[in-house]
Amino acid sequence: MLTLEGMRVEMEGFTLDAELSVPTGARVAVLGPSGAGKSTLLGAIAGFQPVAAGRVLWKGAAMPAAPAKRPVSMVFQDNNLFPHLSAFDNVAMGLSPSLRLSEAERVRVGGALQRVGLNGYGDRKPGRLSGGQVARVALARVLLRDRPLLLLDEPFGALGPALKAEMLSLVADLLDETGATLMMVSHEPQDARLIADHVVLVAEGRAHAPVSTGEIFANPPEALRDYLGQA
Amino acid sequence: MTRTTTLGALALGVVVCLTLGTLVAVAWRAEGAGGFGPADWAAIRFTLWQAALSAALSVALAVPVARALARRRFPGRGILITLLGAPFILPVIVAVLGLLAVFGRAGILSQALIWAGLEPVSIYGWHGVIIAHVFFNLPLATRLILQGWLAIPAERFRLAASLGFAPSDIFRVFERPMLREVVPGALLVIFLICLTSFAVALALGGGPRATTVELAIYQAFRFDFDLGKAALLALVQFAMGAGAALIAFRVAIPGGMGGGLDRAVTRWDGGGWLVVQDVLCIGLAALFLVLPLSMIVARGVPELMSLPGSVIEAAGLSIVVSLSSALLCLSLALPIAALAVRRGSALVEGVGYLTIAASPLVIGTGLFVVVFPIMDPFALALPVTALVNAAMALPFALRALTPALAGIETNFGPLADQLGLAGWARFRRLWLPRLRRPLGFSGGLAAALSMGDLGVITMFADPQTATLPLQMYRLMGAYRMDDAAAAGLLLLSLSLVIFWIFDRGGRVDADA
Amino acid sequence: MKTFPVIAGALMATAAQAETLTVYTYDSFTSEWGPGPAVEAAFEAECGCDLEFVAVGDGAELLSRLKLEGARTKADVVLGLDTNLTAAAEATGLFAPHGVTGDWTLPVDWADATFVPYDWGYFAFVYDNTKVSNPPKSFAELADSDLSIVIQDPRSSTPGLGLLLWVKSVYGDKAGEAWASLNDQVVTVTKGWSEAYGMFLEGEADMVLSYTTSPAYHLIAEEDASKSAAAFSEGHYMQIEVAGKIASTDVPELADQFLAFVGSDAFQSIIPTTNWMYPAVTPAAGLPDGFSTLIQPEKALIVPAAKADAVRDAALTEWLAASAK
Repeated sequence: MLTLEGMRVEMEGFTLDAELSVPTGARVAVLGPSGAGKSTLLGAIAGFQPVAAGRVLWKGAAMPAAPAKRPVSMVFQDNNLFPHLSAFDNVAMGLSPSLRLSEAERVRVGGALQRVGLNGYGDRKPGRLSGGQVARVALARVLLRDRPLLLLDEPFGALGPALKAEMLSLVADLLDETGATLMMVSHEPQDARLIADHVVLVAEGRAHAPVSTGEIFANPPEALRDYLGQA
Repeated sequence: MTRTTTLGALALGVVVCLTLGTLVAVAWRAEGAGGFGPADWAAIRFTLWQAALSAALSVALAVPVARALARRRFPGRGILITLLGAPFILPVIVAVLGLLAVFGRAGILSQALIWAGLEPVSIYGWHGVIIAHVFFNLPLATRLILQGWLAIPAERFRLAASLGFAPSDIFRVFERPMLREVVPGALLVIFLICLTSFAVALALGGGPRATTVELAIYQAFRFDFDLGKAALLALVQFAMGAGAALIAFRVAIPGGMGGGLDRAVTRWDGGGWLVVQDVLCIGLAALFLVLPLSMIVARGVPELMSLPGSVIEAAGLSIVVSLSSALLCLSLALPIAALAVRRGSALVEGVGYLTIAASPLVIGTGLFVVVFPIMDPFALALPVTALVNAAMALPFALRALTPALAGIETNFGPLADQLGLAGWARFRRLWLPRLRRPLGFSGGLAAALSMGDLGVITMFADPQTATLPLQMYRLMGAYRMDDAAAAGLLLLSLSLVIFWIFDRGGRVDADA
Repeated sequence: MKTFPVIAGALMATAAQAETLTVYTYDSFTSEWGPGPAVEAAFEAECGCDLEFVAVGDGAELLSRLKLEGARTKADVVLGLDTNLTAAAEATGLFAPHGVTGDWTLPVDWADATFVPYDWGYFAFVYDNTKVSNPPKSFAELADSDLSIVIQDPRSSTPGLGLLLWVKSVYGDKAGEAWASLNDQVVTVTKGWSEAYGMFLEGEADMVLSYTTSPAYHLIAEEDASKSAAAFSEGHYMQIEVAGKIASTDVPELADQFLAFVGSDAFQSIIPTTNWMYPAVTPAAGLPDGFSTLIQPEKALIVPAAKADAVRDAALTEWLAASAK
């Protein structure tokens, strides 16, 4: 279980407070108006955003400071791959940042690429991959890192609707296999309906506790209503 | 993280020792020195006014050339603009030899004047120094100002055309405000460059009338072995450099090394005699820049096959010095850039820029004072040359590397952090491949600068070792001008090739 | 036991074979047309050693070079200072007495225990007589003419220093003003004699500061009579060039042998047609033919070696002040 205990992030002219828990295995969509602090919330959980007060706990224990030591895999909006490295190396970074791999590890990297449907693409650099393929490479690395908490910061924002749905279903499959907990930032309520069983609403400087997806769309609170543009 | 701090602090330490440390050594040594004589004051006055005049002339001449380049398209324009970047890495002594062949009393200009029944000109003295400085800095000024011109949005010229603006209106409304922004920075940069002029004054100054402070340091050192006087002059030189650098930091300095100067602005004004004027500007500037170098090529090529062995030997030494200098420069620049980016510290970067205010001869004097009691300074001639030139190229390297590294860390820092890509692996897997372009550029710059250096080497060289520029200068001294031209051609080629290899190496196979 | 001296002798022979004598001198001495190659061949044949000349700019730069290097210098012998510098050179404490007694044919008596004279000459302005038809006959005429001259820096060059003392000897307290009026003629001030003479030959100036003996080079070596030295009525300054032994040398015997060689006929007969100066001992064969055509100064000027350093300092300050304007 992920617990944000009196957590507060302070940035210039902006604060974000969070007091909430996410049960293990939950799939949570993080919704809210742009600029409300959705990415900041994920950044704080991943260890990129310094926390001014409170604690970020995983299974009741405070998370270590270094992002790499946290039980977290994060996929960013962009720059998820190193452009100078091949798809294979980009995935292999998930096992060994120095890229010194054993034979068994090389097999695992190949397997991860195969799992996301990129068999035979290992030699290609990101510049020669399509947007969807880039996202798949990033997911292959997530699969290989096998961390219990997956944070997605709108990684499919630049993809078309069909491709995006495909990616979300791939994410759902991976979650089924790994049993990881998901927190996904999106500005499309449709995404939340597709994949998430809970929604965390971030608005007016506060990240609210998760509410089940069906419930929140049936009876949206005022902040969400404003955001959704519903009367 | 700690490694970044340690290495960065180490590199900063080297820079501080080289600049402020040598200055302290110099100041300590200068204590016993007497005051300045009239010749020293003359050197200080000359240094300041020649730098001011060189800057003013270079910029004044660059304005029409830049304007012509901005509004004309013609075949070879791209090559010409690329050539405008070349004087920066052109060995000074090569240019001097080329200028002598054009403007000397036996040069083609004088021959033409004599043929026309006029008095020949002499290049020795202050006017020679100024001509050489304009030769070096007119291209730089042109690039800086051209950048200003190209920064005026094309839409404005379209608007001006639709409103029926005359060229004078365009000048008043668009160009004058642009120049007001760009010109002060260009003036200061060139002033700063000319302030440390040594080789030009050494070769063309013509004695006490046109002696710069840098040259006076050398003379106090080599002619009189008056370390106290050399030290005192070094303090003055540093003060002038620091003063100008401080002013320069307050004025926006335009970056002249970047690309993107290839396009021409489409304009609807400026037909008729303006075309003539532009053609003249571009033609004369090109002639002024290309002719001296062509003279070297013409005179040097026939001798190239019969180069003395001493020249080949010197060339070998110069290549070693040049590569070491590139390596040293990058080993200083990378840790400083890393520390500056990590800490987000302008101070760290500022310390790295200290060498702008320092001058090679000041650093050389300081090193000499420090080394002399311990060991034979002349044994260190080549390492010192490599080190001092690395330090001189450092500001340019930092200017290329720091923003690039900051960009890498902004874009890929979180991903790397998340993957635990740290320390050596981060350096090797992320920084090195993504910094190839600025690394290649900076390394090439350091290599080319030290390849052509005729500064600190003149203080430290013993009679038996010579780098290629020094050997060339010695050949000129013995008036073996054909051999000197061949050595110059070799030096010119080596400087350009070594820069090209580095720069190319940084671009080849670089991913977007 | 008889073998021991043989082995020792063989060892010593090889040791002597490997010995190198390093001589610091000025550029033009070592150039291929200068005395260097002939002197090297002649001395190496005599000593069975390796004679290495190291060119260090011009004569006055030799002295500052020695000061820079101090006791660490690699030089065993320094050749190319002149009497204007011997006092300053001796004051460095780097030189050792020579013990050479020569049959000097110098125009002055020689009694210096530290330095051995090897040649001498008079400074003069050399011009091309096909271009300059009416050469100046004095400094005053030179200053009034529109002729251009190249001179050498007195801080780095012995001819430059010679001119400084020449003007000082002629003008005394008015030397500063004399320089002020001469400076219009000066195209440039070079670091050494080679640069200046080369510039003159390339046509960069009408006249060059050199020696009354310089035209002999063109006459004898090039069969070209177009170069002349201008005779000045105020008299000509004299230069006596010397060599000296470095006290810290690791081959003192070899250095002594070289200094003795300098006074010998083998060395002296090389000088006139390679260094183009008067030899310190007139060779057995006499002077070459062309030398008789040279101008003979009516009056020889020289500042005594002991006073030269003080006069130099004062004159240098005047020159710098007048020339920096």
